[in-house]
Amino acid sequence: MADPTSLAERAHQLAGDAGTLSHNLELFARQLTTATTAPTVVGGTPFVYELTVFVLAVFVGYYVVWRVTPALHSPLMSVTNAISSVIIVGALIAAGPRGVSFAKIMGFVAVTLAAVNIFGGFIVTQRMLQMFQKKR
Amino acid sequence: MSENLSAFFYLIASVCFILALRGLSSPETARVGNIYGIAGMLIAVVTTLLTPHVVSFWLIILGILIGGAVGTYIALRIQMTALPQLVAAFHSLVGLAAVCVAAAAFTYPELYGIGVRGSIHGSSLVEMSLGMAIGAITFTGSVVAFAKLQGLVTGRPLVFPGQHLVNAALGVLLILLVALFVSMEAAGAFWLLLVVSLALGFLLIVPIGGADMPVVISMLNSYSGWAAAGIGFTLSNSLLIVIGALVGSSGAILSYIMCRGMNRSIFNVVLGGFGTESGALAPGAGLGDRSVRSGSAEDAAFIMKNASSVIVVPGYGMAVAQAQHALREMADILKKEGVKVRYAIHPVAGRMPGHMNVLLAEANVTYDEVFELEEINRDFASTDIAFVIGANDVTNPAAKTDPSSPIYGMPILDVERAKTVLFVKRSMASGYAGVENELFYRDNTMMLFGDAKKMCEEIVKALE
Repeated sequence: MADPTSLAERAHQLAGDAGTLSHNLELFARQLTTATTAPTVVGGTPFVYELTVFVLAVFVGYYVVWRVTPALHSPLMSVTNAISSVIIVGALIAAGPRGVSFAKIMGFVAVTLAAVNIFGGFIVTQRMLQMFQKKR
Repeated sequence: MSENLSAFFYLIASVCFILALRGLSSPETARVGNIYGIAGMLIAVVTTLLTPHVVSFWLIILGILIGGAVGTYIALRIQMTALPQLVAAFHSLVGLAAVCVAAAAFTYPELYGIGVRGSIHGSSLVEMSLGMAIGAITFTGSVVAFAKLQGLVTGRPLVFPGQHLVNAALGVLLILLVALFVSMEAAGAFWLLLVVSLALGFLLIVPIGGADMPVVISMLNSYSGWAAAGIGFTLSNSLLIVIGALVGSSGAILSYIMCRGMNRSIFNVVLGGFGTESGALAPGAGLGDRSVRSGSAEDAAFIMKNASSVIVVPGYGMAVAQAQHALREMADILKKEGVKVRYAIHPVAGRMPGHMNVLLAEANVTYDEVFELEEINRDFASTDIAFVIGANDVTNPAAKTDPSSPIYGMPILDVERAKTVLFVKRSMASGYAGVENELFYRDNTMMLFGDAKKMCEEIVKALE
């Protein structure tokens, strides 16, 4: 019949599942509260708000980048590369919960890739910029 | 940390990133700008780690340690001539990271507050699939660009019959799959979309030739930004949206500047195949029989020593030969002799925007001696010597005079107006555009055949 070790194992597993479930429920509850409060935000649905931010940021980017001196176009490219790795924010959330899931593994991979980019991008930019100097 | 507080810190991070780009408007402020960028990233990461969603840290720390070590090692070791392939490789990582985050959001939507598995909000599905598709295209596209720049595959455009048809079909399929995925939230559609996007990224870059790489890299830079923005929309994260938009528009502007430098439309570049029809495009008869005046390093040294001003025009050949240090040595000696030395940089010189400026800076050329095309082009007429090293098409007068030439209309450096033109070149071969340069046959031109680095070293010896 059921030996005590496997029973304990199953109980342990069940406890783990319950933990994940409660975590998910908690997240879901938080979501529900945001869902009920969101429509009161001035400016319409979240998407409209996000689109506003996006379009304004495109304009900011447009004007800032046109002012970049052509001599520094290579550092511009490597620094934009580094800062686009801010996608690590999404990866951290995926890698953050308890337990092991497919999402968590994806999060770990993305954190690693983004970290390569962040460290590599900023360091190589700094190396380049240190070379640009005025007459000694 | 409450949601309002983290949103506030994300705002601070966004401002830091904008200041990082703003700093690049001049070399003096650029380094401070980079510090702002690092600070912004630190704020963004720490803020996210303090949100209540993140409770388990060991995988995160492991990932950052591995990634950080690899990134640091590569960035410290890389040669400046290999910068274009490095940037291409880094772009591919952003694309892949975007795919991973999209996959995580799809399989565990509760984490990001975008619904529960099986009923994710409709708008999130659209944004997720687009972010994932752009990320995947960026990934394979950048891998191809990297392979071409690194010389792992031929830099020649790879074209096959029906190419555009295949790409168009894949594009339509991609849109259909997005629609299917959004309406049914089917996992199959999601993964199929991933496969189609990966294939599309590969096929889009394969037909583009090595010398169009400045545009390709800028374009992929732009894509990686749009992918980040797509993920930002999916996760309703304003920081990601802002940064995605900044990077996306930055890459788009660079692509535009590069295209303008070649007088070609972005569509022309994207459709690819440029530079394959060489031979058929050779200019008018009779030119081939004309004689060429070639000289030695001693001749060049003698002419330059007696000149009052020299403008150096570097090109990709200089980068390949790693001649920048020898070139600067030569310029130093000339300056001691009282010769005015300046550098003229064409927008598309090298394999990425601003590549030549970095190489010259690496060789300790001060940036106030380096000029862009518009700044210096008029001065060639009052200059004794134009010293063209490793450049060809960007000096070809056919771009101004011959409407049948494939490079007609491209802005060029007017080196032919200088009293004497010295061409450092390995052979008489034409440039990537497959056009012969009639400048080689002019009376005031002297060809210096040889490797760019060796030639500079020999000139230095002759000058001493």
